[in-house]
Amino acid sequence: MITLENVSHEWGDFSLKNVSFSVDEGEYFVILGPTAAGKTLILETIAGFYIPHTGNIFLKGRNSTHVPPEKRNVGFVYQDYSLFPHMAVKENIAFGLKMRRFPKKEVEMRVQSIMDSTQISHLKDRSPSTLSGGEQQRVALARALVVEPDILLLDEPLGALDPRTQESLREELSRIHMMRGTTTIHVTHNQGEALSLADRIGVIMNGEVVQVGTPHNVFNEPVSEEMARFVGVENVVKGRIVSSEDGVALVDVGNYEIRALSSLTEGEVNVFIRPENVFLSKGRLESSARNSVVGNITKITRFGATFRIYMDSGLSALVTKQAIEELGLNVGENVYASFKATAVHLIKGARI
Amino acid sequence: MLTGKVLRGVKRQPLSLIFLFIGSVLILFTILTLFNMVFRQIVLEPEGLLEAASDPVVIESILLTLYASFLATLIAMVLGTPLAYVLARHDFPGKSVVESIIDVPVIIPHSVAGIALYALFMSRSPVGGAFENIGIVFEDSLWGIVIAMLFVSAPFYVNAAKEGFQSINPRLERVARTLGASQWKSFYQITLPLAIRHLFSGAIMAWARGISEFGAVIMIAFYPMIAPILIFYRFTTHGLKGSQPVAVLLILICFIVFILLRVSTKYWERRK
Repeated sequence: MITLENVSHEWGDFSLKNVSFSVDEGEYFVILGPTAAGKTLILETIAGFYIPHTGNIFLKGRNSTHVPPEKRNVGFVYQDYSLFPHMAVKENIAFGLKMRRFPKKEVEMRVQSIMDSTQISHLKDRSPSTLSGGEQQRVALARALVVEPDILLLDEPLGALDPRTQESLREELSRIHMMRGTTTIHVTHNQGEALSLADRIGVIMNGEVVQVGTPHNVFNEPVSEEMARFVGVENVVKGRIVSSEDGVALVDVGNYEIRALSSLTEGEVNVFIRPENVFLSKGRLESSARNSVVGNITKITRFGATFRIYMDSGLSALVTKQAIEELGLNVGENVYASFKATAVHLIKGARI
Repeated sequence: MLTGKVLRGVKRQPLSLIFLFIGSVLILFTILTLFNMVFRQIVLEPEGLLEAASDPVVIESILLTLYASFLATLIAMVLGTPLAYVLARHDFPGKSVVESIIDVPVIIPHSVAGIALYALFMSRSPVGGAFENIGIVFEDSLWGIVIAMLFVSAPFYVNAAKEGFQSINPRLERVARTLGASQWKSFYQITLPLAIRHLFSGAIMAWARGISEFGAVIMIAFYPMIAPILIFYRFTTHGLKGSQPVAVLLILICFIVFILLRVSTKYWERRK
């Protein structure tokens, strides 16, 4: 449906470098990356605002690299909504239909029906400047959807909203995608957003595609240390595989050894463990978890609703307040950190 | 009430208080100069003003001034709007040079501008001669007045229009494009309506600037006499008594016209 093939473009001191990925028909694809990674520029290039210096863009199987934006049939929603301030809500929504020269009756009908389905009918005569962020975003969505685009491009659509509105709009996006099946590319820096909406995720850093895969791939099997840190796998330990048996590698990380399920059998590796997959106990546990590492607690910090326990073994764990109280966890105490061999992800690493 | 608030805010800050005092001298200077003349004419010598208002030479000259400046402003709008848009939307090598060139007429003495215009557009020069072949004469004619006014007033329009276009988020144009609008349509339907207030106030500035021009016009078109030249002429031949009534009349008419324009734009905006 959408294919970018080695797309490169320069803007002053920023550039997109050999960006390649494909999005399937009806897929909800999330471009995830830190701020200023070039995410918006990729969207704008797909929409046709920039012609890449090299590389090609295929839309619906056709090379569309040089097709102007108005002929691409894409819907675009910006983070700041970009509603036309001199038009009422219904005029904003009708704009695309008028540009396509739909008869007046049909324009009215379609505008009404999209306003009904996005629950904004009561706003139709309002001026955009009088709407809340969430309302503006719904109008922007309706304006993009009413022309039945082949592709919907969403640039941080939830970025400027308060958490509660974010939640309801996220559900709305999900619902709209289920009902219409429009191929969607959604740009965000928010991992939760990516996890809850994406069929697949493409991670962009510094103008380059770092990894493309299912949410499970991206979050559990990061391809690099940078990626791992970005997706929140904060436990990154360097080590060397000392032996491998039945698909389980034994990794020497210095003071202790870690067992990991991996196809790797030898060499230097980076070891990734998500802190939420690590559990703590006061004594050594008899359990199916293949790893149990004793460590001294060096730091405890609050992390949203949970607490993060750092140990001198280089590992950290996420636990609840209740767990801290019941186990009596304190800085300076020894604890066992346990995790399954399947919770460990190994990638080949260079010698430090 | 508002001034009360401002003053209370300023009171606790000695620096601001002193600056406010010094600054008000400048305001006073402007008010006093104009008010003194207008007041003396209207209250102390109203018959002189009436005489000027019923003098066909004076009225004709003021109308000519407004009309010539109006034409100059129209030309500035037609040529300046696209220029302003390009400057607002695009970066290109030499852009700052172009922007400096636009500002040149504001900086150079206007009598110098008049001489330069005369040298280029007089009938004996190739450019002036070429225009003469198609029936447009600049020396001592309406068109001479118009190009002199255009030269000095265009920067005011172009800069205001540029600012107006810059204030519009280009994302609005981009969204319009994805919704099926061509570049032309997105300019016409989105950019222009949003910038219109800036364009209009730029045009008023340019018009006012054209009306007040003296130095550049006198070099190329002493006749037909625009109001500033008529005032100067009467001042040199009849002194203050002969020139002041015309000056006051010009000020009053301009003032009324500008207020009407402002009010009408406000009304027009509210209707939208």
